[in-house]
This record gives sequence, structure tokens and C-alpha cells, in this order.
Amino acid sequence: MLKVRIIPCLDVDKGRVVKGISFVNLVDAGDPVEQARRYDAEGADELCFLDITASHEARDTLYDIVTKTASQCFMPLTVGGGVRKVEDVRNLLLVGADKVAINTAAVTRRELVREAAEKFGSQCIVVAIDAKQARPGKWVIWTHGGRTATGIDAIDYAREIVALGAGEILLTSMDRDGTRSGFDLALTRAISDAVSVPVIASGGVGTLDHLTQGVIEGHASAVLAASIFHFGEFSIQQAKRHMADAGIAVRV
Amino acid sequence: MKLVIINYGSGNLRSVAKAFERAAGDCGWAGRIVVSEDPAQVRDADYIVLPGVGAFGDCARGLQALSGMDAAMQYAVREQKRPFLGICVGMQLMADRGLEHGVHQGLGWINGEVVEIERSDPQSKIPLMGWRIPHMGWNTLSLTGTGRAHPVLRGLAGGVHCYFVHSYHFAAGDTRDVLAETEYGGRLTAAIGRDNMLGVQFHPEKSQAAGLRLLADFLRWKP
Repeated sequence: MLKVRIIPCLDVDKGRVVKGISFVNLVDAGDPVEQARRYDAEGADELCFLDITASHEARDTLYDIVTKTASQCFMPLTVGGGVRKVEDVRNLLLVGADKVAINTAAVTRRELVREAAEKFGSQCIVVAIDAKQARPGKWVIWTHGGRTATGIDAIDYAREIVALGAGEILLTSMDRDGTRSGFDLALTRAISDAVSVPVIASGGVGTLDHLTQGVIEGHASAVLAASIFHFGEFSIQQAKRHMADAGIAVRV
Repeated sequence: MKLVIINYGSGNLRSVAKAFERAAGDCGWAGRIVVSEDPAQVRDADYIVLPGVGAFGDCARGLQALSGMDAAMQYAVREQKRPFLGICVGMQLMADRGLEHGVHQGLGWINGEVVEIERSDPQSKIPLMGWRIPHMGWNTLSLTGTGRAHPVLRGLAGGVHCYFVHSYHFAAGDTRDVLAETEYGGRLTAAIGRDNMLGVQFHPEKSQAAGLRLLADFLRWKP
């Protein structure tokens, strides 16, 4: 039976992990490669690197991090941030990413999703959606790291990018991100039920129950979290045991 | 000893090479690991690996585009019977044909066709029960009788998890060639093989300890 995936996410800024740096003192928690090794050893199901600077100069740093991680961690690796053209996707795959997440560029030019999926296969094209509630039952997507409103309906958009070839959706609730108050379950369920590809729930995890809710109530295929793992509060194994106790199939 | 990973413009060659390097270190295999598009390298390889990521047709075209590669593979794998491992689309290419976006010829080494995974109950939207395509994530390996006796696979008995990501799967013409299956809606072929040829639908290079173990056992394989 297929298992629900738990995915720690590392936000990388100028080559350093930006969350939780001062809270973990076992290893240099600011070094993304070290963090990746720790999560690999803990049995994370995948890893996600999001380059939040995404400037031109930062690309080489990101490539270097992905190269080093991929040569040491034999697990699936999703990389995103600043992916604008097919060439960016190719470069990330070449240095060792297994999947590439496209966010703003997919909104501004939908054809990029089709081109990338045709070139490299849907299985490696993840579309990252940042959504915000407009009114109950209605969510709209934002771009440029949550700074630009588009007015585009999140459910319509999700259906559209899947039809273009996206193989997975990384769905972040901007209302919940950083609040530790749990996923936006209504949003997660609305998108998960609207599309046939796997959906990764993201944004707002503060407790292990939140992870469980994302799957049972949100219908997500995978759950992503950053701070509960970076801060050393919970280990991946604790999260998996908690989900298994709730009746969710996980890889332990 | 030399292991050659065939570079035909498809796939995560680097990840496969790195994983083999680690597995070789773990099991004390002292040969060379070479990534190459040169048929001459394949002709005198002791071990041959065909990775593959993407669509069947694209991969088949990429392989055919390498002049002399088909003959070199025939020679090394079919005539000299050296150990061969196909991974993901590399495994699917061992079939007679693939039905992804049209009909495409495969290598025809193992009887069968590569067909779309059937969605289980389209009304049921419960996650993980075979409704979502691609089949993406960690799934349990279930070895067949032949698989349990296979030198490369038998280390993965007992419900080991491997990482899958695919929308099409290998429908074998002869069930005796199926070495392992996994459950997703229905049964999907997870490993296939005959004689010196082995193919796995999952990604050993992404399956952490279980995958490294399979690669190490492949390096020790004397079919």
C-alpha cells in the first residue's frame, strides 16, 4: 500500500537554512546539506529545498547545495524558487533534483508547465500554489512569494495546471503559513478533491495532530512542515508514529 | 570490473551513479563506474545499467538516436549475458512496446506491454488507494516466488518500502517473468527479469537503505 509522505522543507536564503538556526545546536543547522543528512537519517520520505532569495547570484549556491545533497542523500529531492524557464528546470534536474517546483512563472506563463512536462515528464513537475481565502469557500492565488495578488481562483487554476501536465501540487495556505494553527483544511480538501494528481499540504503546522488532519480531513497525499522539525520539537519518527496511531499508513 | 550507466539523454544519471558509488563502497566492489553514451564502452562493460525518467516514446527515441548502441546492448546483454539492470523507464524499455502517447517499440527482451495504470474506483477520492496518478511515493514490495529466490531481490523480502513515481506500468506477457509486485488500486509490476536481465519500476537510487542494498547485490550478481 502506498504511504503518506512526510516532507521536511528547508527554506534556503543565500546558501543557509533560514528557519530554526538558533534552536538546534547538535549540528550546524544553518547548513542545508547537514540538515538534509539529518532528515535522511531520520527517515524523511522526501526533502524539499525552496530557495527564497532566488536571485541570479544565488543560483550557483543553490546548485551547489543540491549537488552536495544529492551525492549524499539517496531520497527524492524537490527544489524550487525562482524557476522561470525550461532551462532552469533542466539545470536543477542535472545537478540532482528529482522534481522541480514552479510557482510564479507558472501563473504568468502557463505554457511553461506544458513545455516542462513534455520535455522532462509530468512526474518531475510540481506546481507550487500560494493561496489565500477571499471569502468562505473561495481562495485566490498570489505570486512573487505572496506579495502579488492575482485574483485567479485557486481551484480553477489547480485544474488548469494539472491539465497542462503538472504531476503534483504543493499547496500553501498564506493565511496559515507561519501561524502554527494548522493547515487550511477546507482549502486542502477543495484542491485535493478537484484534481487527480497528488497534493502536498503546506502552511501552518504547529502540532502533530495538524499533520493527521491534513490527510484525513484535507485528503492530502503528503504533508510538508518546516519549523516543527527544524526547531527540534518533533522528529520525523515521532510524526510518523503519531500518524500511524491515527490509522494513517506511513513508512516507519 | 566496469559498470556502465548508459547516457541517452534521459534520466537522473548523476543520482544513479552516486548511488552505485555508495553501494560499491558499502560492499567493497572495486570496479569503475562509468556514465557513457559510447557503444564501445557498453560492449566491454561487465555490468550494464539503463536508467530512464520521462515518457516511453522520448526515451526509446533517445536510445535509438545513439548510433551503434542497440547492437552493443544486444551483444553485451543478449549474447554475452552480462548482468543488466533497467530502472523505471529503463525497465519499461525491456518490453515489446509501450503505449504511452502512441505505440512505441521497446527492446523486446521481456514479453509484455507498458500500459497506463488503471485508476481504481473513480468515485472514491480517498487518498492513496489508487485513484491518483502518478503513483508517487513509498510503496511496499511484494516478491513473487521467483523474486524471493533472486540473488538481487531476495534482500528486499518482508515488506520493504521502495520509492515509485510512474503513470504507466509493465503488463507482463508471461507471469513467470514477474519478480515483484506492488499494490496500488490493483497489482502493479514492481520488478521483472529473466536470466541475466533485471528491471525495477521503482527507483533504487532514491530508496535509501533498501535501494542501496539492491544496487550492492546487483554488483555481486553472477547470473
